[in-house]
Amino acid sequence: MSTSTDHGRPDPETTPSALSSDGRPVSDRGDTVCVIGAGASGLTAIKNLREHDFGVDCYERETGVGGAWNWRHDRSPVYASTHLLSSKPFTQFPDFPMPDSWPDYPHHSQLLSYFERYADHFDLRSHIWFGTEVIRVEPAEGDRWDVTTRSTGGYGPERTSRYAAVVIANGHNWSPKLPRYEGLEEFRGEIMHASSYKDPAQLRGKRVLVVGAGNTGCDIAVEAAQQASRCWHSTRRGYWYAPKYVLGRPADQVNDTLLALRVPLRVRQWLYHWTLRLTVGDLTRFGLPKPDHRVYETHPIANSQLVYYVGHGAIGPVPDIARFHPYAVELADGRQIDPEVVIFATGYLPRFEFLDASVFADSAGAGRPTLWLNAFTPGHPTLAVAGLLQPDSGLFTLSHWQTVLFARLLRARRDRPERAAAFASRVRERAGERYSGQVKESSRHWFEVGHADYLRAIQRALHDLEAK
Amino acid sequence: MTELRIMRGREWSRPVRPARREVLSALPELEEGRPPLLFVPGFGHGAWAFAEHWLGHAASRGFPAYAVSLRGHGGSEPAPEATLRAYAHDVVQVAASLPRQAVLVGHGAGALVVAHALARYPARGAVLVAPVFGGWGVLGAALRRNPAGTLPAVFGGPLRLNRGQLFSRELPDEEARRHVGRLGRAGRRAQWALLGEPEAEPAVGSPPVLVLGSPDDRVVPASTLTRVARRYGSAPLLFPGMGHDLMLDARWAEPIDAILDWLEKEPAPAR
Repeated sequence: MSTSTDHGRPDPETTPSALSSDGRPVSDRGDTVCVIGAGASGLTAIKNLREHDFGVDCYERETGVGGAWNWRHDRSPVYASTHLLSSKPFTQFPDFPMPDSWPDYPHHSQLLSYFERYADHFDLRSHIWFGTEVIRVEPAEGDRWDVTTRSTGGYGPERTSRYAAVVIANGHNWSPKLPRYEGLEEFRGEIMHASSYKDPAQLRGKRVLVVGAGNTGCDIAVEAAQQASRCWHSTRRGYWYAPKYVLGRPADQVNDTLLALRVPLRVRQWLYHWTLRLTVGDLTRFGLPKPDHRVYETHPIANSQLVYYVGHGAIGPVPDIARFHPYAVELADGRQIDPEVVIFATGYLPRFEFLDASVFADSAGAGRPTLWLNAFTPGHPTLAVAGLLQPDSGLFTLSHWQTVLFARLLRARRDRPERAAAFASRVRERAGERYSGQVKESSRHWFEVGHADYLRAIQRALHDLEAK
Repeated sequence: MTELRIMRGREWSRPVRPARREVLSALPELEEGRPPLLFVPGFGHGAWAFAEHWLGHAASRGFPAYAVSLRGHGGSEPAPEATLRAYAHDVVQVAASLPRQAVLVGHGAGALVVAHALARYPARGAVLVAPVFGGWGVLGAALRRNPAGTLPAVFGGPLRLNRGQLFSRELPDEEARRHVGRLGRAGRRAQWALLGEPEAEPAVGSPPVLVLGSPDDRVVPASTLTRVARRYGSAPLLFPGMGHDLMLDARWAEPIDAILDWLEKEPAPAR
C-alpha cells in the first residue's frame, strides 16, 4: 500500500495566472476537475472522470482512502463489528466486483481493502492530495470554481486553484446529530454519540440505554444485549425489522426479484408482511410498539438479531425519552430507568462548511441542498455532489453512475453544448425531485431514495443527454 | 450496439454462483509497470493452452501474464450447467483481482466471453484472437468440416473439434494429438448461446480493441473476422497459413509478438 505523498504528483503550476474575487493569487488548473474527498464516492468520481479523459485533483483531509469506511480516520463512524447491510451485488461498484470468496455481507475491514484495491487497480492515488483539506469553494467567472486548500489541521499556507468543475464527495455520515433533552446536562452517567462507539468492550457489564432504531442503533443494541448487564432500546415509533436472509437468500436479492418484475408496491408490502408473519410474527407481544406506517415507508432496517434478543429478554424495548434526571432517565410513559451509559444512535447531518449556503439555495443553512438527482445544482452546471443519498440498498453503485453522468455532462459541455444546456434547464425544472415512495417526513429521510427508482432516473437522464 | 445498461435486476437478484477457478501465470523477473494480460481460452480449452507458449513469452517481454480456465474447463471446478454469463463473471472476477487494470485477450468463443466481460469491467485494452461470436455461419462451417464432432453439440452433447480444424499441417502430428487429447467441453447452455449470436452490451471505459486471426482458420471464416473487427472500428490483423489455435500452432510466436507490439505502441490511456 502506498501512502500519502510518495507518488510523484506534480505541483500545480505556482505562477498565479489570475486573481480571485478578493485579490488573492489563483493558479489556473485549466480543464482539470476538483474532487473533494477520497472516500467511496470520491474514488469512483476520480476513476470515472479519468476514464472520460479529464484531469483530476482530489483533496483528502485524511492520509488514506476509504473515507468513512477507514477506521483509522478520526471522522469514521465504523465500530468493530460493522458489517454491510446490503449484500455484495448491491454494494460493489458495478464495474469492479467484490471477490467471490467474500461473504454475502462483508465486514467493514474488507470494504476498506476493497477501496484500497480499487484505488491501486485504477491508479487513482497519484491524483489524490492526502492530508489536505478544502476550506473554501467559490464560483468564478465562466462556470469555473476557485478551491482554497490547506494542510489538515490548519497548518501551512492556503492555496487557491481554479478548476473547470467540482465534485463534492465529502460524505454525510460524520457530523453527529444530537437531539436535545431536558436535563441532559445534569445527567451523571456517560453519554456518547454512536460515532464514538467503537467496541463492545465499552459496554461490558454496564447498564446501557441505546437511543434510535436506525441500523446503527439496532446493531449497538444487539451488542449491548451480548455484553452489557442490562440493555434498553428506546425508539420513537415501531419499525419493521427486516431479516438479512429470507427464503434461503439475502433478503435484498429476494426483494429485487420482485422489483425486477415490477411488482407494485402494495403487493410487495403485502408479501413482506406475510413473510414476517411466517417468521417472527407479531412484534407487539414482545413489547415493541406497533409500526405506525407500512413497510418501505421508512429507511429499511436490516437486522436479524434484534428481534432474536428481544425474544430472549436481553433487550428491553422502551419508548421515547421524556427527560433526564441526574441518576435516571424518565421515559414518555412515565417509567424511570437507571442506565450508566446512554448511546445516541441518532444519525448524522450533512455539512458543507466550505461552501456558501447560497450556492445550494439552502438559505436555512440546514445542510439540505435542493438538487436534481440528489447531485446537480440549479444555476451551477459544473458542480456536482456525489453520494449524498440514503438508498434502501448499497450506495456505491449509485455514486458510480452519478459520476459517470457528470463526466458525460462535462464532455457534452465541450462537444454538444446544446445538449448540456437542455440538461441544465432540466436541473432547474426538476430540482428537489424525490426517488422513493412515500416516506415519513424527518431529516432521517432527506436523502432517502429507492435504488431502482433512482437508477432508472439516472438512466433516463443519461439517455436524454446522449440519444441521437 | 445496445445502450449502456444501468438497471441490472437479474444480476442483482440472481448473482452468479461462485466456482473455484484455475489461474496460471508467468511473471516477468523485473516489474516494469506494464499492464497485466489476462488470457481467456475458448470453449473446450483450458488455461493450459496459453501456458504452453504464450504466457512465458509475454513474461519474457516484460508483461505479467495470467490465464484463467473458465468454469468446467481445465483445472477449474466442473460446471455442466454454466452459462455465458457465468463465464464472463469468471473473467471479470480474475481481472479485478489483478494488481492493475488488465488487458483481456480472448481466443475463439473466449473472445465472445471477453466481449461480454468488457461490459462489466473497464479493461485497459482487449484482444480478440480468432473470435467465435456465434451465429449460424459458424455452425455451418463446423458442420461441413467436422459433422460427426459438431452435430451432437446441437443437441446438447459435447463439441469435439478435430486436428484439421485447430492446427495447420506444420504442427507435428504428435504434438497436435497431445493438444486435441486435452480438450474438454463447454456447458451445453453456453454452447447453445452461440447459436443465438448473443450481442454484448457496449464496453465500459472505451478500451482499444485489436482483432486478429488467420484467413486459413477452419473454424472462423475470414468474413467473420472482418465483421467483428468492424464492430470495434478496425480491420483484423491476419496470419495466413495458421490454424484456429494460434497459440498452439507451429508459428505461435508471430501472433503473440504482434499483440505485444500493439500494446507497446498503443498509447496508454491517460489514466
